[in-house]
Amino acid sequence: MSRRRSAVHAGDTRAAWLFISPWVVGFLVFTLYPLIYTGYLSLTDYDVINDPRFVGLDNFRALLSDDKVILALRNTAVFAVMSVPVKIVLSFFLAVLLNRAGRATGFFRTAFFLPKMTPPVAIGILLLLMFNGQSGLVNEVLGWFGINGPAWTTDPTWVKPGLVLMSLWTVGASVIILLAALRNVPQELYDAARVDGAGWWAQTRHITVPMASGAIFFLVIVDTIAALQSFTEAYTAYFGAGNSTYANSAALFYAIYLFQQAFQFLHMGYASAMALLLFVIIMAITGIQVRLSKRFVFYAGDQS
Amino acid sequence: MQRRARAYLSVAAVGTVLLAGCAQGTGSQKTNAAYDRSTKLSGKVSVMGFGATDEIAKVRLAEAKKAMGSKVTVKLIPGDLDIQQFLSGVASGDAPEVVYADRGQIGSFASRGAVIPLDDCIKGEKIDTSAFRSSALDAVTFRGHVYGIPEFNVVQIIQANADLLRKAGLTLDDVNGSSWSKVSAANKKLTRTVGGKLKVIGFDSKLPEFLPLWAKANGADLISADGKTAQLDDPKVVQALTWAVGIYNAQGGFGKVKAYRDSADFFGSGNQYASGTLGAMPMEQWYVNVLNDVSPKAPMAFDTVRDQQGQPIAFASGSAWAIPKGSKNPGAACRFARVMTQTSSWVKAAQERVRLRQKDGGLFTGVLTGNVDADKKIEAMIKPSGDARWDQAIRATYTANDHTFSMPANPAGQEFETAWQDGVNRVLNGQQSPKDAMAQAQKEAQKALDDAWAEIGK
Repeated sequence: MSRRRSAVHAGDTRAAWLFISPWVVGFLVFTLYPLIYTGYLSLTDYDVINDPRFVGLDNFRALLSDDKVILALRNTAVFAVMSVPVKIVLSFFLAVLLNRAGRATGFFRTAFFLPKMTPPVAIGILLLLMFNGQSGLVNEVLGWFGINGPAWTTDPTWVKPGLVLMSLWTVGASVIILLAALRNVPQELYDAARVDGAGWWAQTRHITVPMASGAIFFLVIVDTIAALQSFTEAYTAYFGAGNSTYANSAALFYAIYLFQQAFQFLHMGYASAMALLLFVIIMAITGIQVRLSKRFVFYAGDQS
Repeated sequence: MQRRARAYLSVAAVGTVLLAGCAQGTGSQKTNAAYDRSTKLSGKVSVMGFGATDEIAKVRLAEAKKAMGSKVTVKLIPGDLDIQQFLSGVASGDAPEVVYADRGQIGSFASRGAVIPLDDCIKGEKIDTSAFRSSALDAVTFRGHVYGIPEFNVVQIIQANADLLRKAGLTLDDVNGSSWSKVSAANKKLTRTVGGKLKVIGFDSKLPEFLPLWAKANGADLISADGKTAQLDDPKVVQALTWAVGIYNAQGGFGKVKAYRDSADFFGSGNQYASGTLGAMPMEQWYVNVLNDVSPKAPMAFDTVRDQQGQPIAFASGSAWAIPKGSKNPGAACRFARVMTQTSSWVKAAQERVRLRQKDGGLFTGVLTGNVDADKKIEAMIKPSGDARWDQAIRATYTANDHTFSMPANPAGQEFETAWQDGVNRVLNGQQSPKDAMAQAQKEAQKALDDAWAEIGK
């Protein structure tokens, strides 16, 4: 009897592996192997064309004394710290509004999501147009209120805030995720709270936020990783198509410097070391976030 | 336990094979090619980084195909050269037969062994290198060997709004750079600001890209002739930068000028000259064609950029043909490069352009080929347009073409450029003084050069 059960079990396992194999193969070829190879290249001097030459930990030592690495890390951290909370709060606010929009929800859901379809390169160019200090829409609107807007695209103080505001262009995807979470909050909880005399703020704080905390946590993780890897918009606006020679060091994100080292200066070994460092930083930050989440995130399934 | 050990071993073995496979470089592969004008050619020639998009390219390509014979098939891989794609191709033994690159990239490719020296090609195909402009040839000569056959020359000329100059009581002499104090004074006269907003850019010194031009006009080169020493902290370079940035500061800062410049309809009929929103700037000669096409009635005035002694000066850039290491048909590649750049091909191409411009009723402004002989013949084909403005533009262009300089090929081309441009940008963004910025740029550039030259010795 037990032999038969184990044969069935083995068959199930085989089938499971078969079904999961496309992902496993994809993971091995496109994730694990590049990661291992990056680790190998980080210990070499490699310029794409000549054989990699083993240099031990030289690249990592050089990383520590490279002022641009420090600058790029600082820029990236400041951008992440500014953009993630702003994005989460705004998308939550919009999701709450959408949740109350009744029949028009479908239309607004589409309207909010549409900008997400814009290619990131176009967003970079759009940034230069909208935040143009002389004739941009943003300063135009600020002018209506008597505010003399800053030079968003050239003043190092305002470059990152401009990028943060522009990142809100794609807030639609987060809004949709949060809206789905809000739709799952049982109506009875609100009914019970109302009976107890809870107002809108108390309901939001004690019911909506905790019940949506799983989705919020997911967005915090995903948005943090995206912010730390931020590249295309800033590169297009300040280093690439938007400006062929002008650049602003306030927008030098880590991924941009990594790209320069790898594909412009052809220091693939050094760039690999940089990539590994970013990987470790992202893992550490995500680890901390997961740990902290245990205190703040509510999972309905955990209660049983 | 044994099975697990075996699994670990297999993973390690597969990993080693994969790593070894991917890390395969080109080693010391050599290309043996018989370069001879009389050799009958066959096979395939794939050309990377070149698209035959206009008549100048199409006519010369047809000439090259004819010279290589019917047994050679040419395949173009158009679009700007993707460096990584090119180098990966070379590294994996799948190099194109010919590569079309910016002249500034050739030193970097040569230092890495990605392209081969063309001494044998030049000798075998009897390419007359003395016909090329020396600034063009210098840019593709690395450690005494020519690695690229140059073509085209891009130069800058002063392009000004004659109406604005006249109203301000100025002439071209005030804005051509022969006297920086005159340019600064003209800039103040031409600039117009209303309610804190810039309405007319007086003079645009076109930083960061034109620092080499202003430095040279002041008697300094950004890099030594042997391509080994950065000279970014030379007081003359700092002085040039200080003056050029001062032009922006006098107009309310670079941020304002750039924002206004970015909002202009650069390629349209509402461009800065047609709309009367720019006094003068140095600009590449191709922009004359744009202006003539989109705003033929714009009140233009042209002159060469002048150095501090009042002599014409221009920073030359352009393209070059190179043969990658591992090119499977170097003989055909060499003939292709020769025919694309020989005088008769340029002249035929220019004749076709003249014909097309006449048909469209447009102006033929000449073609700067990088080949002195071809330039002379094509210049002779230019007829007076009957409009003094555009004739002045063509004269200025050809004069500038005779007074060019370039930066020598070096193995850290991109890093060197990034270092000085970042330095200029730090000044423009108000983060550093010109002196400090250039001191930092000097350190970064010299380190890049030292590392890259040291790499060649390994």
